[in-house]
This record gives sequence, structure tokens and C-alpha cells, in this order.
Amino acid sequence: MRILLPIKRVIDPYAKVKPLGDGSGIDTGNVKFDVNPFDEIAVEEAVRMKEKDPSIETIAISIGGAECEDQLRKCLAMGADKAILVESTREHDPSTIAHELKAWVEELKPDLILMGKQSTDGESNQVGQMLAALLGWPQATYASKITIEGGNIEVVRETDSGEETLTLPLPAVVTTDLRLNEPRYIALPGIIRARNKPLEKATEKSNKEPNIRYTKFQSPPARPAGRKVANVTELLAALSERGVSL
Amino acid sequence: MSRALFVCFDSEESALVTGCAAALGLPFDTLMLSGEGGAGDKSFVAGFEAVPPADGLAEALLSLSGQYGRIAFVSSMRSKDLAGRLAGLLDAAMLTDVIAVESADTFHLPMVAGSIVTTAKVTDGTLVFTFRPSNFAKDLPSTTGSTEKIALTPASRTQRTKAAARSGGRPDLAQAKIIVTGGRPLKDAATFEAVLGGLADKLGAAVGATRAAVDSGIAANELQVGQTGKIVAPDLYIAAGVSGSTQHMAGIKDSKIIVAINTDADAPIFESADFGLVQDLFTALPEIQAAAKGT
Ligand SMILES: Cc1cc2nc3c(=O)[nH]c(=O)nc-3n(C[C@H](O)[C@H](O)[C@H](O)COP(=O)(O)OP(=O)(O)OC[C@H]3O[C@@H](n4cnc5c(N)ncnc54)[C@H](O)[C@@H]3O)c2cc1C
Repeated sequence: MRILLPIKRVIDPYAKVKPLGDGSGIDTGNVKFDVNPFDEIAVEEAVRMKEKDPSIETIAISIGGAECEDQLRKCLAMGADKAILVESTREHDPSTIAHELKAWVEELKPDLILMGKQSTDGESNQVGQMLAALLGWPQATYASKITIEGGNIEVVRETDSGEETLTLPLPAVVTTDLRLNEPRYIALPGIIRARNKPLEKATEKSNKEPNIRYTKFQSPPARPAGRKVANVTELLAALSERGVSL
Repeated sequence: MSRALFVCFDSEESALVTGCAAALGLPFDTLMLSGEGGAGDKSFVAGFEAVPPADGLAEALLSLSGQYGRIAFVSSMRSKDLAGRLAGLLDAAMLTDVIAVESADTFHLPMVAGSIVTTAKVTDGTLVFTFRPSNFAKDLPSTTGSTEKIALTPASRTQRTKAAARSGGRPDLAQAKIIVTGGRPLKDAATFEAVLGGLADKLGAAVGATRAAVDSGIAANELQVGQTGKIVAPDLYIAAGVSGSTQHMAGIKDSKIIVAINTDADAPIFESADFGLVQDLFTALPEIQAAAKGT
């Protein structure tokens, strides 16, 4: 069985970010980048599956500039077997990424695509579903537990009101939620050791143009500064001044 | 793109579309996947008892949705599941979590845990989008010109083998006027329920949780508020034992009043709270509960 792991390089989810002064983009001058946490959960899951079944092959793939190599190396250090960097510096939107991934799926023929439900910077929550649609494959989003049995995959998924279980035939696209697992910690030496694992550089296969343009980046309006209250009595008085009596 | 279609999962959602529809400024129809109601010129009623899995459903929606230039959903996990699939089938552009509409092709949306608001322009073709109803006008009159039953026959290869019932009793986070949220220090599920649940019930409030609380088994996953949980906008949000991470604040900053109760006077949440109380939540919450007149 082959598992494809689409990886996005994202702004460090714990960084404080601001727009550039002229609103043309996000100021990434002083921020670090990392593997999208949800994609990292997907890699962890695939690696755990492989630990149980060594015949599984896991391939991480990322579309972006040369700098995405750092994130792919981290995935290799976590245990992915090989990585593909599709070098691209042009503008993308979720749909161009889905089209590019589709072209790679046709070449690599994975049985399962495991990827984050969303990125923590773009927050689109689209690529998995779009890719599944383009391929005509079934999908299970927001996975919190995955079991593969024969040609089927059973996914317990988080929903707006709790959780539910889906059963779907392979090949399929599954997107990961926070509680699927806790990814292993990879220290720098591990990443350096992974230097020997194969990382292939390739060019784009799809020429789909984005149909969304991001034209302006601003800070959201700040909440006006509040104040401290000394005790519960003061709190309730302050609230009732604002028209809320509990 | 002359018309818009608002796809609603249930009748509660159909009450939430008029504000966004007015901002969009296009003539529109609604599709009710389950439940009755609707808004706009025409309401298509599909009448599902349980809305089927996204793969088959998106395909069943193709012929109807193909007639619209803009297809909109109220933001939720289930709507994003379906909308992304539909956008893929239509090869359409998609925007997630629209918070403002400049025109029928220019929209605002949050990114990077609410730190950035982006303006996105659709350059051509159909657009599928989800929107946050709390950012649009509420209580606009909603009328429906006519209602038409529509037979959708999805052939999903995905089967829902176990569905969980909605955890009952308390108001829904999305609709609640008051939310009481607890974080990591609530210790365990029983403490969370006793300390937070008791106050919430007295106030007629919904209960929320941080990711730390959900991850450590203190609270159910559907209670998570924040960037990757529920986005809420109540009149009053009481956060007890919540540090105020960017990810949590991303989900609550449209609340009218935020109250923070935290033992650490330097906790980041105090920067965004209207009223901050530096006190142990295990004494503060019972005091509030005792003093409140309740509903
Ligand atoms: C990809 C990703 C997605 C995430 N999504 C979300 C999300 O959707 N929602 C979310 O909430 N988080 C999310 N997080 C996690 C987020 O970064 C924080 O870790 C989390 O919000 C912290 O939860 P907390 O405030 O309960 O815990 P902590 O940060 O540990 O804070 C606990 C607070 O309680 C205070 N305290 C302790 N004891 C008491 C007491 N007795 N009385 C009063 N105060 C007390 C402490 O001073 C502290 O400020 C996400 C993180 C990542 C990486």
C-alpha cells in the first residue's frame, strides 16, 4: 500500500504575524516556518501505520519554493520514506494545488492520501475535498481515528456536534483533525540524519491558473482595551453597566 | 453569476442567510437539505432526514448548483466538507469563512488565526463560499417567493456507519447569548461539568472549552472554541482559566463582551478582555453562580 502525504510549509503557528506596511502581503521577515500541524499529524499517522505494516510506502510531497525542502526533510526525519518537492514560485490558490496534486496522484497511484484538514495560515479547508472530487475518490474529513481493513478504511471523524464513523472504499482521501495523534518530536540531529533519504525535485505538471487573487492584507480591528475588576461584585456591577445583568 | 444559491443544512441555517445575501446584492434562492423554510425567490426543499455524506451529495447537487454563479454555505465543519467537494466538481473558485462582502466578486476573510484580514478577488467563473453569519446583519425579514420539492438521489460510496447524537440540553455555541468557557485548569471532566456546567445552567449559557481542555479529555471535542473549533460571537463570553492563545482568541474576538478570570495577572487574555478578574476560578465561578439571579 502506498500513502501520499501532501505537505504545506506554513508560518509558525505560534508566531505573532502582521501585514506588511503597504498591505501587499504578510510580514514574514522575522517568523519561522514549519510543517502545517495538521499535515504533521497526517505524517505521524502514516508512519505509525508503516511501523505496523512495513510493506506500506509513504511519500511526502510539497509544492512551493526551494525552501520547502526544510519541511520535507522534517517529514523524512519523522519516518516518511521519500519526498518530492514540486518547485513552483508562481501564485497558487487551493484549486491550483488540488490540480497539481491530482497530476501526481495519477503518476504515483497511491491507495490513500492523508493530509491536514486545513493549513494554519491560509485556513482554507478545501484542498483535500477538491482533490477527492477531481479524482472521483470518496473522502473523509476531520479524522480522529483511522482503521484500514482490507480494501476499506474506517474513519471516526469530528463533527459540529460530536463524532461519527464513516466507512469508505480505497483509494480515498482522508483529512486529519487535531485529535488523531500527537506527532513525535524530531530534534535537529534526526533531521540531519534524514539527509540520506531520497528527496526528488520536480517541476509542475499542471498549468491551472488560480481564480482567486489576494489583493490586500490588513490587521483586524483591535478590541478596545478593557480594565481589571477587583472582585466578583465589581464584575457584576461592570456588566450591568453594559446592560448585562446575570 | 446573475444568481446566488444559499445551501442550508437545516431550517436554523435558513434564518442566517439573509444578511449575507443582502450584502452580496444578487437575486438568490435557497436549497434546504433538511428541514423546511428557506429565503429568497425560491426555496428548494430536499427533505433529507440525515444529510448524506459529501461525496455522493456533491454530485447530486451538480445540476442544480450549475445554474448559479455564487453558491454559499453557512460556515461549519459539515458545510466545508461539502463545499470543497462541490467546488472541486464544478472546478470553481472557493473562499472559506467570508466575513465581509465588498461586491459580488470581492470578499474579506480571516487568515493566520485571525491575525490577518485578506481581501480576495474572484477573477472568473463560479464561486463557492462559506461565510460566518455573525459578521453579517441579523434579523432582516426573510421571505420566500415559492417552495419547490426537489428529489436529490445521492449515490455515496462513503457510508455513515455510526452517527453520534448531539450532546443535548445546553444551548448551541453558535446561537448562545452567553458562553462560559473553561481551560486546562478545570482538571477533569467531572470538575469541568460541576464548576462550569453549574454556572452555565444557571445563566442559560452554552459551555465552551479550549483545545487544551479537549485534548486532555476534560471536555467533548464539539465544545472546542477557536481557530480550529467553533467561531462564536455571543453577547457575553466568560473565559475561566484560559491563557488567551492566538488560536483561542481567533474564535471569540467578535464577542460583544469578554470577561477573563485568571490567576495570572499577566495572562495574554487580559489584553483582549473587556473585564479582567485576577482570581482563582474555583472561587470566582461559584461566587458568580451564587450572586446571579439566573434565567
Ligand atoms: C494547529 C493548532 C490549532 C489550535 N486550535 C485551537 C483552538 O481551536 N482552540 C483553542 O483553544 N486552542 C487551540 N490551539 C491551542 C492553543 O495554542 C493553546 O495551547 C490553548 O488554547 C491553551 O489552552 P488553555 O488556555 O486552556 O491552557 P493554558 O495555555 O495552559 O492556560 C491555562 C490558564 O489558566 C490559568 N489558571 C491556572 N489555574 C487557574 C485557576 N485555578 N484559576 C484561574 N486561572 C487559572 C493559567 O494562568 C493559564 O493562563 C491550537 C494550537 C495549534 C498548534
